[in-house]
Amino acid sequence: MAPLLALENISKRFGAVVVADSVNLALAEGEALGIIGPNGAGKTTLFGIAAGTVAPDAGRVIFAGEDITRLPPERRCRKGIARSFQVPQPFSGMTVFENVVVAAAFAGGVREASVYDACADLLDRCGLADKANKRAGGLTLLDRKRLELARALATKPRVLLLDEVAGGLTEHECAALVTLIKDVRAGGVSIVWIEHVVHALLAAVDRLLVLHGGKFIAEGDPRSVIRSPQVAEIYMGIAADA
Amino acid sequence: MSQGKYQAEHATHSSRIGVTLIGATFVVLALAPFWGDRQTLRLLAEIFTFVALASLWNLLAGYAGLVSVGQQAFVGLGGYLLFALVILLDVHPIAAILIAGPIGALVAVPVATLIFRLRGAYFAIGTWVVAEVFRLLASQISALGGGSGISLPAAVVIAMAPSRQLREFETYWLALALTGAVLGAIVALLRSRHGLALTAIRDNEVAAQSNGIDVTRIKFIVYMLTGFGTAMIGALIFLMKLRISPDTAFSVNDWTAFVIFITVIGGIGRIEGPIIGTIVFFMLRQALADLGSLYLLMMGAVAIVVMLWAPKGLWGLIAERFGWQALPLQRYLVLAPKTEQPGGKP
Ligand SMILES: Nc1ncnc2c1ncn2[C@@H]1O[C@H](COP(=O)(O)OP(=O)(O)OP(=O)(O)O)[C@@H](O)[C@H]1O
Ligand SMILES: [Mg+2]
Repeated sequence: MAPLLALENISKRFGAVVVADSVNLALAEGEALGIIGPNGAGKTTLFGIAAGTVAPDAGRVIFAGEDITRLPPERRCRKGIARSFQVPQPFSGMTVFENVVVAAAFAGGVREASVYDACADLLDRCGLADKANKRAGGLTLLDRKRLELARALATKPRVLLLDEVAGGLTEHECAALVTLIKDVRAGGVSIVWIEHVVHALLAAVDRLLVLHGGKFIAEGDPRSVIRSPQVAEIYMGIAADA
Repeated sequence: MSQGKYQAEHATHSSRIGVTLIGATFVVLALAPFWGDRQTLRLLAEIFTFVALASLWNLLAGYAGLVSVGQQAFVGLGGYLLFALVILLDVHPIAAILIAGPIGALVAVPVATLIFRLRGAYFAIGTWVVAEVFRLLASQISALGGGSGISLPAAVVIAMAPSRQLREFETYWLALALTGAVLGAIVALLRSRHGLALTAIRDNEVAAQSNGIDVTRIKFIVYMLTGFGTAMIGALIFLMKLRISPDTAFSVNDWTAFVIFITVIGGIGRIEGPIIGTIVFFMLRQALADLGSLYLLMMGAVAIVVMLWAPKGLWGLIAERFGWQALPLQRYLVLAPKTEQPGGKP
């Protein structure tokens, strides 16, 4: 079956730094994919390329059989690609509720009032119900990350790109997050999750990719990838807690 | 009607007080011809035009992120349209003001197509270049006095009202009504679905794009709307001045520098900012008028102090400290009443 989202031979460099070197990635419909890799490996840049905020130097981005390489971010969002930002990018002057309402209304191309119920439920699911009427700019880092997730979900995506949403959570919160992500997936959303918190990733994804030096150097069953010698080599101690 | 579980409400306690105060102020101002002298009316009308210009610039720069230093292009365009329509085509001055709006929006289309290719500082420079081109073009129109300008014919001025006093009342009310209309339109825009998107763009353009908002399109619309409003206010300003020349019509000092000063000290990106800023600006101007050119220096000093101490402007400082909003713009989530009252509410 053709993949839902595919990066084909994507290359990208910033000045002399090669961030992606003819990278290929295919996400099947309904799949949950994990990506790990050391700092600066180019993980976030790949999300930018998939979501349309970063233009690749070469290669194509395919979504649902269509070449979307030149499509602007808002069009990709409306087609069903949602992302969370690693460094949260809330609409700080707006309330938490408005943050999700604007995403739901514009990604869906629908009237504002028609998304209120769904947005309120979403805030509840993401643990932000009691902060709905707070200014987003006043949230703690943790709540900002929750808002990233809630806002991405508000766009009713077919593919959800999650960029390090588990960092800084307690054991209990992390388990709740994994449950939420599994729920979302059970609702038919395909997922790509970049995460340094490896145990959370292992609990939620079917396949794991390792990005290093602008290439995927390992891929496959999450547990065997984590134990592979390549990963041990790049990560040294980091993978040991898995 | 199908009723969801949740509703959103705009009003807060502070905004209810704000709206009441604004309403009361409007009534008092509408009655100004009965309590103020000629000087007061003139000063107030001038204040209104600056509130309108600054509010429009705030929409453009503060919300849509389009930092233009060339809005004098539209002030001048409006002014010249007034004189052209009145002198060359015998249009009534008030009708001319209303016509200047749509033409301003129309002219904004090719201008935006051109300057939207520019980013950041180049965009700002582009807007200024366009205004300079407009000024040069205006000085070529010999039927409107070329480079030295022209006065509104006495016959036209006299025909506006039976007496000079009534004419002054008329222009005063016109200024109040137009400014009220501009502010009302901006509030309505910001409360609408597009206003929500515009506020998102104000806060974070990249996130707005990534969440389905067509940022370029909304910026384009805002540029047209401000072209509409600015040209109309420009026409009004020169109806009050009764004389126009390329240098006064396209003055970067009067229609951009002062307007930016007002918006920045009042609070950019907040609807209340330009109103507070205009009040401060005129108080300073009245207080420092005797100092001659020193007064510009003092204004500059005030701007620097405000930018250092209150980078979000005076209203930004107040609003964040106390959580106030004078106008009900934000949506607050409330649980809707569980059941509809049978028979409906009175
Ligand atoms: N806009 C940019 N301009 C220049 N260099 C950039 C830009 N964006 C990213 N880089 C560089 O590209 C490299 C990859 O960055 P990226 O953010 O994609 O890495 P990452 O794998 O997500 O890292 P981390 O785990 O720290 O989040 C880094 O060296 C970064 O400094
Ligand atoms: Mg990253």
